[in-house]
Amino acid sequence: MLSLSIGEVSAALRKGRLSATELCRRCLNRIRKTRHLNAYITVTEDLAMKQAQEAELRLTRGKPLGPLDGIPFSVKDNFCTENIETTCASHMLRGYFPPFSATVVQKLLDQGAVLVGKTNLDEFAMGSGSTDSVFGPVRNPWSYSVSYREQSREQDPDSDWVIAGGSSGGSAAAVASLSSFMALGSDTGGSTRNPGSLCGLVALKPTYGLLSRHGLIPLVNSMDVPGIMTRTVHDAATVLDVLQGRDEKDSTTVESAYSPSSLPEEFDVRDICVGVPKEYHAPGMSAETLAQWGRVVALFERAGARVKEVSLPHTQHSIVCYHVLCCCEVASNMARFDGLQYGHRSKVDSSTEALYATTRHEGFNSVVRSRILAGNYFLLKQNYDRYFVKAQQIRRLITEDFRRVFQSGVDVLLTPTTLSDAARYSDFIQEDNRTRSAQEDIFTQPVNVAGLPAVTVPTALSSRGLPISLQLIGQSFQDMKLLTVANWMEQQLDFPIIRFHDDTDQERECKLGS
Amino acid sequence: MAASSSGSSTLKRTLCTFIRYRSVRCVRQCNASIRTVCTSGSTSQLQPKIQSKGVSSQLRGVVGLEIHAQIHATSKLFACSRVAFCSPPNSSVAFLDASLPGTLPVLNRRCVEAAVITGLALNCTINRKSLFDRKHYFYADMPAGYQITQQRLPIAVNGSLIYSYFGGRKRNQVLSRCVRIKQIQLEQDSGKSLHDDQRSQTLIDLNRAGVGLMELVMEADMSCGDEAAAAVRELQLILQTLGTCQGNMSEGQLRVDANVSVHCPGEPLGVRTEVKNINSARYVARAIDYEIQRQKKVLENGGIIVNETRAFDSKSGTTIPMRDKEGLQDYRFMPEPNLPPLFVYEDEASVPAGVNPTQVVMIDRLKAELPELPGVRRARMVDQYKILPEHSFTLVNEDGLTEYFERVVRNTKAEPRKVIGWVMKELLGNLNQQSLKLAQSPVSPEALADLLNVLESGHISSSAAKVVFQEMWKAPEKAVEQLVKELDLGLVSDREKLLKICQKVVDTHPEQLNVPTTKSNLLTIGGLDLESHTKLKWKNTLQADPTLM
Repeated sequence: MLSLSIGEVSAALRKGRLSATELCRRCLNRIRKTRHLNAYITVTEDLAMKQAQEAELRLTRGKPLGPLDGIPFSVKDNFCTENIETTCASHMLRGYFPPFSATVVQKLLDQGAVLVGKTNLDEFAMGSGSTDSVFGPVRNPWSYSVSYREQSREQDPDSDWVIAGGSSGGSAAAVASLSSFMALGSDTGGSTRNPGSLCGLVALKPTYGLLSRHGLIPLVNSMDVPGIMTRTVHDAATVLDVLQGRDEKDSTTVESAYSPSSLPEEFDVRDICVGVPKEYHAPGMSAETLAQWGRVVALFERAGARVKEVSLPHTQHSIVCYHVLCCCEVASNMARFDGLQYGHRSKVDSSTEALYATTRHEGFNSVVRSRILAGNYFLLKQNYDRYFVKAQQIRRLITEDFRRVFQSGVDVLLTPTTLSDAARYSDFIQEDNRTRSAQEDIFTQPVNVAGLPAVTVPTALSSRGLPISLQLIGQSFQDMKLLTVANWMEQQLDFPIIRFHDDTDQERECKLGS
Repeated sequence: MAASSSGSSTLKRTLCTFIRYRSVRCVRQCNASIRTVCTSGSTSQLQPKIQSKGVSSQLRGVVGLEIHAQIHATSKLFACSRVAFCSPPNSSVAFLDASLPGTLPVLNRRCVEAAVITGLALNCTINRKSLFDRKHYFYADMPAGYQITQQRLPIAVNGSLIYSYFGGRKRNQVLSRCVRIKQIQLEQDSGKSLHDDQRSQTLIDLNRAGVGLMELVMEADMSCGDEAAAAVRELQLILQTLGTCQGNMSEGQLRVDANVSVHCPGEPLGVRTEVKNINSARYVARAIDYEIQRQKKVLENGGIIVNETRAFDSKSGTTIPMRDKEGLQDYRFMPEPNLPPLFVYEDEASVPAGVNPTQVVMIDRLKAELPELPGVRRARMVDQYKILPEHSFTLVNEDGLTEYFERVVRNTKAEPRKVIGWVMKELLGNLNQQSLKLAQSPVSPEALADLLNVLESGHISSSAAKVVFQEMWKAPEKAVEQLVKELDLGLVSDREKLLKICQKVVDTHPEQLNVPTTKSNLLTIGGLDLESHTKLKWKNTLQADPTLM
């Protein structure tokens, strides 16, 4: 039952085959059972049960609020949730209970969705492995899957596990481990798509401006978007429809009038032109990922879609450009954490300056601190033109690349999401956060620079038994069209449902549900 | 607030009182609420060369102003929290004002309109597109660690302000000057810090944090304290007329920083200092004049002027260096990524499709609503009513006085030039004496008009009218005619009666008869003695119809 899609479980709830409280209880049990994944920072058990009871009342009366009524979900712990601790996985915000909820969270709650917990992440969403959290790293649920265990030489899963990807690794692990039916992530350089890809999920990064950022604790304001993680493209479309639209509290949002509310019934793949950017043949890409890319390109071609190679010449500079802009905004956004109004406050108070310095030193990890330092350097008067302005110019060029390609008749771009399947934790931490972020974000991050929508769809399991995914990139505010193509692709691929090697009741549940 | 607990309940609790933290203050002597960029490039400026002591008399002051005007609006620049003075600490703080993470600024249209109106009144070019930037510095009453301002592209540029002041030897000459307005930018105000040095504590009140400010930058077109003070007063008056700022300097609604330097005319400008926190127009004049003299003296003694920030100490009337390093600070400006460019439109036709015209700022609409500005009004007063220019200043400076004056003029047959005398002397005299505002005047313009009509009709003398005015002041409920009757102030026009009175006076004061008899003497004689020799009151003697005397 827990591995069903939202569409399926919602139907079961409406038909009374399943009660919302029972569903919620099972998810909470599942959370307890998968605690070793470290997917959750906070489990909102009491609140969830209360919400589930309310949902049940509505469902039994035949008056659900919508397709998400009674559906358990989780939220990355960098979205504010009213009176629920919101930490950003940082010592700085431990014990911080925001007095308001993020708009996207509130919209889900208003639809009757049941919040089961807040999920783990890299501190302040800075990372690509969910390994740099003050609460410890997130483990990829696929580490415990039958497919992975069968090929692993290690007997003890605790000594051989793979990362969940990041920075929204907790959200991905929550959905992949079947304790949430959907999760909110945030995506600044790939933070939703990267873990979505490594955990075998559908992960959507909507167009910048389509979803409100109000209540999302920012990393890079000009690139951040709330991301949606689900098990199917259809579910992602359902959630997108609930979340999209202008929010008065976020001046960068726009009306979603021209974005349809659901996937079209009729879709002919032969009307579609798929672009394959040649620059995405990056060094370091695994042979298997390349093979999957080729396989899906062939799939489109065989089905009659037009496939053409395109060029995005400035994409190669995206990582450097992103690095500069990210550090600048980080330096600025993090300035508010001074320990005076909220959050951690150091006991050193010999002077106001000393209080600031020690509070910030104690509160932030070295990744955050180094980005702040770099950002402040780039913003210095004497450096501003050389770094910030240059980076903005390159950003414009990257955006222009995409625009040109889409103007040439291309509807969507097909690329890998990550270089390879998930790395072992022990391998991943051999390199520092900055190097890893630069490597891991290479395919995902130009999309953020340009503000475009993109979705990752799992295509197959690698020889290690881990998910490999591909990314589709769409035109601005064509999110539903993008999902329509992704939906078609998903249907052709038949990606397997996760099976846990030590889990007997999962099979039983599956039968029960279907 | 405790270091560890920061839950919303604690937060709300905290927000109803001061946010406090232990601190040992080491940097700041004066609490400059808003820091401004210090003089870029000023270090390369030349020190005026002083060859001999006599040259110092040729040195001239050069003054530019940066003025922060709090926008008169119900809510703050980027949040819905109320703008409220004198409310309990931290009682008007939105989540954004406390910089809670995840909050985003939402621009208040009223503030934009206020800036546009002000820009129009100051002959500025209104930028159809302007941008917001972040200016970074750490200070406890600036919780985000940056201020949102308009550094790159402000809302209004290239304006001018014409102001006048009394100069010349006797200070009775109206001198007119013009200062260029470089720009008007929208920005956030900061909160307030209260330092308790005894307990090594700092208390923070965020009620003011996020209030909308217009920073007006005036070019260094002024040369002395009087000019600067007059410019400030004129600006204050304009803002009050527009209703875009209440302009009360002592409450910090209008704050002036002055950039002061000296040079010999024709030579490059000297190194400037910035005098901060001047909170009255009078102090503007004093601070600037002191600073000019100080700089002259320093140069005269062979010293050099240091580019620094100074504060005006009103007690000693001097400026003193502020012990902070603001001049060296790099504000690390960056575009504000959460606010799209601010567009204002010329008229409805220029609003692009898809944009709701009721939701945008339109210049032609605001232009149409502009009130009569002080300068125009003064000129009209002089032109229309033939009054003296200095009277036009008084009329315009006092809130509502022009309207009062015009209402009297409308309701009386008396000449406006006569009316102005009454308004200036009797009305203002009484108001000033009792420290009342015009709105508190017991004598309404209509009542004054009635009095002047009675006077015009010849029924009472002008001195009697003044007596009546004083009585009206005491008993505003009584009509003019009633007072005239009650006081028996009507002119004595009965020839016989007058003769008797005069005879009596003359009889009792034979010594006075040596004085040549003229009309005025007769009156004087009567005035001196009538009270004691007749049953008539002293004042009554003056009520004799002068033509009969």
